[in-house]
Amino acid sequence: MITLEKRPMPSRLLSIATPVIAVVITMIAGGLLFYALGKSPFEAIRTIFWDPIFGEFAFYYRPQLLVKGAPLILIAIGLSLGFKAGIWNIGAEGQYIIGGICGAGIGLAFYPLNSFLVFPLMILAGAFGGWAWAMIPALLKVKFNTNEILVSLMLVYVAEQVLASMSLGLLKNPEGHGFPGSRNFNDYPSGNSWINEAAGLHWGMAFAFIAVIFAYVLLNRHILGFNIRLTGEASRAARFSGVNPTRLILFCLGSSGALAGLAGLFEISGPSGQVSIDFNVGYGFTAIIVAFLGRLHPIGILLAGLLMALTYIGGEIAQGNLGLPSAAIQVFQGMLLFFLLALDLLTNYRVKVAVKGVT
Amino acid sequence: MTGILLSISGLTKAYPGVVANDDVSFDIGESEVHALLGENGAGKSTLVKMIYGLVKPDSGSMKWKGQPFAPAEPKAARTAGVAMVFQHFSLFDALKVSENVALGMENPPRMRDLAHKIRNVSETYGLPLDPNRTVGDLSAGERQRVEIIRCLLQDPKLLIMDEPTSVLTPQEVDILFATLNRLKAEGTSILYISHKLEEIRKLCDHATILRLGKNVGECIPAETSAREMAELMVGDALQTPMRKNEKTGEAMLEVSGLSLQPSNPYGTTLKNIHFTVHAGEILGLGGVAGNGQDELLAALSGEVSTPQYAIKFKGQDVASLKPNARRTLGILAAPEERLGHAAAPNMSLTENALLTGAIRENLTSNGFVNWPATMSFAKKIITTFDVRTPGPHVAARALSGGNLQKFVVGREVLQRPKVLIVNQPTWGVDAAAAAAIRQALLDLAAEGAAIIVISQDLDELMEISDHFGALNEGRLSEIRSTAGLSIDEIGLMMGGAHGMEAAHVGANA
Repeated sequence: MITLEKRPMPSRLLSIATPVIAVVITMIAGGLLFYALGKSPFEAIRTIFWDPIFGEFAFYYRPQLLVKGAPLILIAIGLSLGFKAGIWNIGAEGQYIIGGICGAGIGLAFYPLNSFLVFPLMILAGAFGGWAWAMIPALLKVKFNTNEILVSLMLVYVAEQVLASMSLGLLKNPEGHGFPGSRNFNDYPSGNSWINEAAGLHWGMAFAFIAVIFAYVLLNRHILGFNIRLTGEASRAARFSGVNPTRLILFCLGSSGALAGLAGLFEISGPSGQVSIDFNVGYGFTAIIVAFLGRLHPIGILLAGLLMALTYIGGEIAQGNLGLPSAAIQVFQGMLLFFLLALDLLTNYRVKVAVKGVT
Repeated sequence: MTGILLSISGLTKAYPGVVANDDVSFDIGESEVHALLGENGAGKSTLVKMIYGLVKPDSGSMKWKGQPFAPAEPKAARTAGVAMVFQHFSLFDALKVSENVALGMENPPRMRDLAHKIRNVSETYGLPLDPNRTVGDLSAGERQRVEIIRCLLQDPKLLIMDEPTSVLTPQEVDILFATLNRLKAEGTSILYISHKLEEIRKLCDHATILRLGKNVGECIPAETSAREMAELMVGDALQTPMRKNEKTGEAMLEVSGLSLQPSNPYGTTLKNIHFTVHAGEILGLGGVAGNGQDELLAALSGEVSTPQYAIKFKGQDVASLKPNARRTLGILAAPEERLGHAAAPNMSLTENALLTGAIRENLTSNGFVNWPATMSFAKKIITTFDVRTPGPHVAARALSGGNLQKFVVGREVLQRPKVLIVNQPTWGVDAAAAAAIRQALLDLAAEGAAIIVISQDLDELMEISDHFGALNEGRLSEIRSTAGLSIDEIGLMMGGAHGMEAAHVGANA
């Protein structure tokens, strides 16, 4: 019989090792999945994990890694603050969209003005948009004790409708010959987030790094970060300690919304280029996996974001080269979260195998 | 005594790092009340769990009426005739008494028949209880009656009771003892676990004493003094706390007309509470658990917001202040629930030291935590209060209950409180450590702090407090001087026997 026994202390070693083990098991299980689909498992795994960095066309894919990693990291850092406190913002995708629309709206309003002030204003507007969208579930939770998971998630679909309306209406490119979508920011130097397009570097990556450092200091050195962790560990103890739950909810949802909004703004003014109906591609949801894969730890999230970006890019190559269905890639990413959460148990419990019959 | 019901020989059970039971042997006779005596952590609970089939022994054997007995699960033990009343009740607040009883039965009869049976049993054994009441509305004593009646309906041969009187008023204890004596006269054996020596002397025929998992002696309680038994339990001579100072000074904390709705539906409403504590005074608040103790502590610590002017500190209104603002003034508190309320289970002792120490120990500057200073504060608590742990990096949940209790109380005491409110300061702590904690509280009072001790241990309150009051259904009795207070008077202050009238009304209806 196999029994689980609670460890007196969480294992430090395993909490670092489990993400690595989860990745390895995902590779094995994913390999079996690809084999069942009639593809060579080794080739598929190599295509996903190896080719984007070291393959023949790596020069093209490596910059993509940063482009895809930046929004994931930025959003996941924000989410991790709330997740640590037990506040579940599932609607980062919506905050990402609204942040993008607000930032783009400011940029488009100034078009074609050439000024170094335009982009900072867009950044502020992007952060504000995401923050404001996250304040809806936050205020509802504080005032009426609604469930932030449901409200934030449902607001994603509202945001998608707003996005469709914007790209077909208010923000539509007046010179776009009737096609949906706004003007392209890649044609507007003052409102453009690229630092070095060839290297895949835009301001989103810079902000992601800043966010990682900021979150690290906050969680490890600042009393507010301590209060966030304390609330997640034991909410009654937090209340006893003097943590104001209302303020904490507003802070956590607000900051994760603002970071998601920033991610949206950097995406819309760079890699994506314009407000369009299909602007959002699920970064807000994938960031949830990234946050957990990174153990809700800032450095972990940085690495996890890059790894997740890798599976995105590798997955696309595998779709193109090997003809794997896109659903198989999504299953593969889902497996990663699944194995990670399952293995999580081992940091707090140890497995004991008792010989059957001895009772 | 006619014969031997249950014979235990050489039972051993080890957990990682601790041997809970080491070669324990004793016999329980038929129609005998057998006491199992020992400090917290002596292995009493593990032993009864083995008898009840919850835990399997590593070695050793049991015999039930001469036949080998090795229950693989509680169901097997129940079939043989073992019933157990746990220290922590397993009842659903939202269900009725009869529904709760039915949930614990293998083949529950129809509700109406069951209600009838419950009434019969409750009348036969003098345990007043109305089967149609909701458990959430019952007092702790009445809840215990639900558990006992649930056991009695199985017609047990051996009834195990784990610390049954810790939640009862003295009058309720008398009712329980009458029931137990009646059961004994009918031929049921009772295994009675307790560390309250006077009770055991009054009730039990035989006692087995455990210390550190070993059987260290047996005695006939009626012929042994409480002190002798205590020294067997502790394995050492007991030290009684000494008080240095009897003088009291100015009024430190005044509570007047404090009424408060509970934050959860089964909490207790505080009703019009008045009291004053002076510098150098220890006020003991007794009462059965669940009569407003947690709510009162939360109101005094600032965890819940309190109505204006209800709480004054040296004449200043502090009712609207949050916990940290109260800490700044010197009003500190230590809640009863160690894991999850007083301390965060998965966080280190250093982090737990920060939990309440941030303000008074100056552990932050501009919001940034001074971790080295926090760690030395944690170390100071560990050394001063003799907390047995490898160091401040250890998670709170890794500490034993008693050690964590020392840490939690020590953390507040070392912050030089002006007013300290502690709930159950020595709950689950061994006798030596309990004496040390009480001494620390007395010393603190001698230095001029005002202390409120909320406890269910009446002996403790009589030993250390200057004044005594009792909480009963959210009301506080009149505060009286401890000197010269009789146990009967205390019992009446605690509300006498809960639910007697209610049950009679129910029976007539």
